[in-house]
Amino acid sequence: MTSALRFAQQRSILVLVALLIALAGLIEVIRPGAVNANWVSNILEFAAPLGILAAGQTLVVITGGIDLSVANVATAAAYIMASQSPYGVTRAIVLGLLVGVAVGVVNGLGVAIFRVQPLIMTLAMGLVVTGSLNVYEQAVARGVPSVPAIVHTIGSGNVLGYVPVSLFLWGALAAALILGLRGTGLGRLLYALGDNLEATRLAGVHAWQVLLTTYMLCGLFSAVAGIVLAGTVNAADLGLANILLLPSVAAVVIGGTSIFGGSGSYSGTIVGALILTVLNSVLTLLDVPDPVKQVLYGAIIILLAAAYTRVLGHD
Amino acid sequence: MAQTAVASQPSRRAGINFGRAVRRYGWTFAVYALFVLLMIITVIIKPDYGPFEWNTLTLAALPLAFAAVAQTVVVLSGGIDLSVGPLMALANVLALRAMLGHDLRYSLGVAALVLLVVTLAGAVNGLTIVLTRVPDIVVTLATSFIWSGLALLVLAKPTPGIPFDVQNLAQGSALSPWIPNALLLLLVIPLLWVPLRRSRAGLSIYAVGSDRNAAFRSGVNLARSRIMAYAVCGFFAGCGGLALSMTTGVGSPLAGTLYTLSGVSAIVLGGVSLAGGRGGMLGPIAAAYILSLIPAVLIYLGIDPNYGQMIQGLLIVLVVMIGGLGVVLRRR
Amino acid sequence: MAALPNEPPVAEAAPLLEAGGLAKHFGPVVALRSADLRVRAGEIHALMGANGAGKSTLVKILTGALTADGGTIKLGGQPRSFSNTAEARKAGLICVYQDPSLLPDLTVMQNLKLTATPIDTFRRYLDKLGLGGFDLQAMPRELARPTLSLLDLARALAIEPRLLLLDEITASLPADLTVRVFNVARQLRSEMRSVIFISHRLAEVSALCDRATVLRDGRTVGVVEPAQGAEERIVKLMLGPVAEEVTRGAAAQAAPSAHEVAVEVRDLRAGILTGVSFTLHFGEVLGVAALEGQGQQELFDCLAGVRRPESGQIVVGGKARTFRHPADAIRAGLVLIPADRIQALLRQRSVRENIALPLVNRIRRWGPISPRREKRRVESAVKRLQIDTRVQSEVRRLSGGNQQKVVVARWLAGGFKTLLCFDPTRGIDIGTKRQIYGLVKELAANGAAVLLFTSELPEIQLACSRVIVLFGGQLVEEMSAAEADEPALLRAAHGLHSVADAT
Repeated sequence: MTSALRFAQQRSILVLVALLIALAGLIEVIRPGAVNANWVSNILEFAAPLGILAAGQTLVVITGGIDLSVANVATAAAYIMASQSPYGVTRAIVLGLLVGVAVGVVNGLGVAIFRVQPLIMTLAMGLVVTGSLNVYEQAVARGVPSVPAIVHTIGSGNVLGYVPVSLFLWGALAAALILGLRGTGLGRLLYALGDNLEATRLAGVHAWQVLLTTYMLCGLFSAVAGIVLAGTVNAADLGLANILLLPSVAAVVIGGTSIFGGSGSYSGTIVGALILTVLNSVLTLLDVPDPVKQVLYGAIIILLAAAYTRVLGHD
Repeated sequence: MAQTAVASQPSRRAGINFGRAVRRYGWTFAVYALFVLLMIITVIIKPDYGPFEWNTLTLAALPLAFAAVAQTVVVLSGGIDLSVGPLMALANVLALRAMLGHDLRYSLGVAALVLLVVTLAGAVNGLTIVLTRVPDIVVTLATSFIWSGLALLVLAKPTPGIPFDVQNLAQGSALSPWIPNALLLLLVIPLLWVPLRRSRAGLSIYAVGSDRNAAFRSGVNLARSRIMAYAVCGFFAGCGGLALSMTTGVGSPLAGTLYTLSGVSAIVLGGVSLAGGRGGMLGPIAAAYILSLIPAVLIYLGIDPNYGQMIQGLLIVLVVMIGGLGVVLRRR
Repeated sequence: MAALPNEPPVAEAAPLLEAGGLAKHFGPVVALRSADLRVRAGEIHALMGANGAGKSTLVKILTGALTADGGTIKLGGQPRSFSNTAEARKAGLICVYQDPSLLPDLTVMQNLKLTATPIDTFRRYLDKLGLGGFDLQAMPRELARPTLSLLDLARALAIEPRLLLLDEITASLPADLTVRVFNVARQLRSEMRSVIFISHRLAEVSALCDRATVLRDGRTVGVVEPAQGAEERIVKLMLGPVAEEVTRGAAAQAAPSAHEVAVEVRDLRAGILTGVSFTLHFGEVLGVAALEGQGQQELFDCLAGVRRPESGQIVVGGKARTFRHPADAIRAGLVLIPADRIQALLRQRSVRENIALPLVNRIRRWGPISPRREKRRVESAVKRLQIDTRVQSEVRRLSGGNQQKVVVARWLAGGFKTLLCFDPTRGIDIGTKRQIYGLVKELAANGAAVLLFTSELPEIQLACSRVIVLFGGQLVEEMSAAEADEPALLRAAHGLHSVADAT
């Protein structure tokens, strides 16, 4: 990238970080003293599941697709993990992750081999997952299962009193993702596919291999996110992650990744996830009723996305 | 592209026309055939299937049919509206709030006003998409939050109270037991769509979805056509919300949640291309009936209705995969 | 307005169209600096210039698709300005573009209704273009490209325009349809209406146009009267002071049979292609000459692994190969340079990523990238092709010629044995064209095998040592470069056998 281009991209991250700080400042104004180490710790703790969920979404969006089943997969993974944990915690966690991988594989097969549009494939799979989860609940589990201790620690534990444990997990995943996208052949291929599928084919790439891998990774990340979330709120009910679908897409878009694919980065998504979490905190502090919060949240997301589209000049 | 040196004229032989008819209407025909097949199976499973069961089916399918039709208009223009469900819920709760305790005449006036409001909401969807240039997926995901938040503000929890006269409009059978009102109410769709589809405005909607650049070069006002598509979607979503009011008698702020997804499923099943520009209303309406029939069949078979969602989802996945496979094989 | 250089001094009435000093910029990019254009009533006027000279921008301004930042337009002596295409249409200016404008999923009749085109007039012009009795219920999606171009043209003619602009309309038309278009243009001229004709094909311009305005770098640099055999004058104006590389004449090349066989095609059948056989050797550039749609697309697609042949064999290195995917062909050493660079390029990505794409195309290569190795390969390819940019820039900012060079650079970096060039110089300015032909010959001289299809028959001799001609899906003639002048190629391409064959 030319230095000018890199500066522009860096500039956009700087803008986002500035926005983040501005929002935090707003909180300080509304309620002086609210922004302290505890608050930061809380924000990071709640941003982590969203950030991990949005990680998978980022990968998929870079390839020019979208995954509308991430929230359902997260919920299912968490629920199955929790309900299976009495029979062995490690086994339960692995099962939860496998659920994510399995759904990801099916999504990938649909998109890559059957050439189904990602929107409809993942939307339909989301329905299958939710329906199957209901059946599972009726048949096997019954009621809200409890979250095992280790997951609770990962989700809401703190190191040195302030640093959330989940931050380490998120950090590791983030490092792998950022380095992977920038410096591996697979990362290059994600961008290439999102930009021009036909061109990659002509260059000798078997697109289905890359797409299948991408959706599989997304499913895996969604499962991780769900399990971490269960740990954070210490519950794994049937509607656990549903509210996170919009934010997972919004974090990606606000973070600068084009929804049409071919460009973007995970570092932007990270800041996007943080912004959304802080935004939530602002709205909570404004002490408005939940429906109003919802309306404002949706409106502000549109504003942010619009501002970003204007800045980057996406067509 | 296989071509000869001489420009090939489309043959006027009858054979080509038959091929063309199959290409254009084949899928729709197949969907109706599938529905008839399912009905036959249903009657075999439940031999005492009568007007009451048929009425129940049409009542269940009515809101879904409107949701599908709403989504069809937007998809034809090359977009998508993920806020159809919440728009329906908004119409639903507004209707309850305003109709509570009033008579039929007043309620009809309310219905008209509700339709106006929700149509405007749809136009807001379209306007936002066009003005901000943010992709429709993101905008309508966000506005789905907004509309459902507004619905919650209007009515915090499910509340009964739709006047019985109004409910009877949908639940009764004025003409004959086998032609329930819920079926007749579907006529609203062609009433609006047929003239629209023939007009330049309607052709513009297809044009935008078919090829945006060519549409622009043909002088189509892209912004206006897209906004209109979303507004018409709002209108049909409003109809769907009112249908919910009439069929359930209840106002519920979260009622629409599943209708977005089911609506998209219905249009895919109904043969409308998600790429835009191709398809009509007949397919999605039949698909809505098929999707509504499945839970009923499950009940008649004594299967846990919880499987209904899963089966619906699997059916959609199967259908789109088969459809996709068809495209892949043809390309070879 | 100041007199333009080279303009024939003829006193005349107010021109139909007078555009002066038109300027347009898109952000920092200047598309037009100061363009002048004068078109008389009853004239066929050519608009010429290299890619990026500003022709498309000028046309869009004239027809209302864009508004100029500066300059004036006078129509019939009156100053006019158009804020959209509808206004320009009403004033009688309309453009027919290279890409068909009919909506693929609406019937032709619906398309006409959408644009409020008078049906009877439309049918009358369809007749003139040879499509009388056309079924208006057909859907453009199901029609062939030349037919679509003619429908577009008829639709434009149906409003009886004063000034018709044709933007590269002949690029996708076979010779016989081009003739019909020319006749209609001449008829318009006889009715004192005018045509602005944009084309890269100098021969057509000479044959059809009364005058030609030449643009370079967004400025009008001359107005000439094209004459047969005097095309070099126009070329010089287009190229400007840059010394052109004259590589005319078939360069002496080693006799192909002295080299190993790279690819042998045996009785290949696919689509229109019905049993084609030939041999391609290392060290030679084998040209393929054909009119539109004679099977050359199918041939190249099969060799590149884009398409499976219905029968026949492709033999590489002595073994018959089955290509199920371009990756198979690439592994056998065959790589494709398609006509449409948009097809082959990752527009948002950098030049480096584009060139390095083949280096990551297999699962084995999904791992970490070695920056040094990649840099080495990419920069050597860039240098060899003299790509005019830095490797970090986004490919979409490059000119058409440079973009095509990036596609070639990709395979220089990725490695290949046989280069399949399908119309690689379509829509590219003359300077870059000659560079590419020079490169192709150099690659062959260094041992590669090259199969080159170009739609511009006069250019076959520039690069090839041997030529095969396709007609109706069959290989009808094979000739050496010396024999392959334009008349001979044209006859063969139309299926007319050479005199020597007549027995």
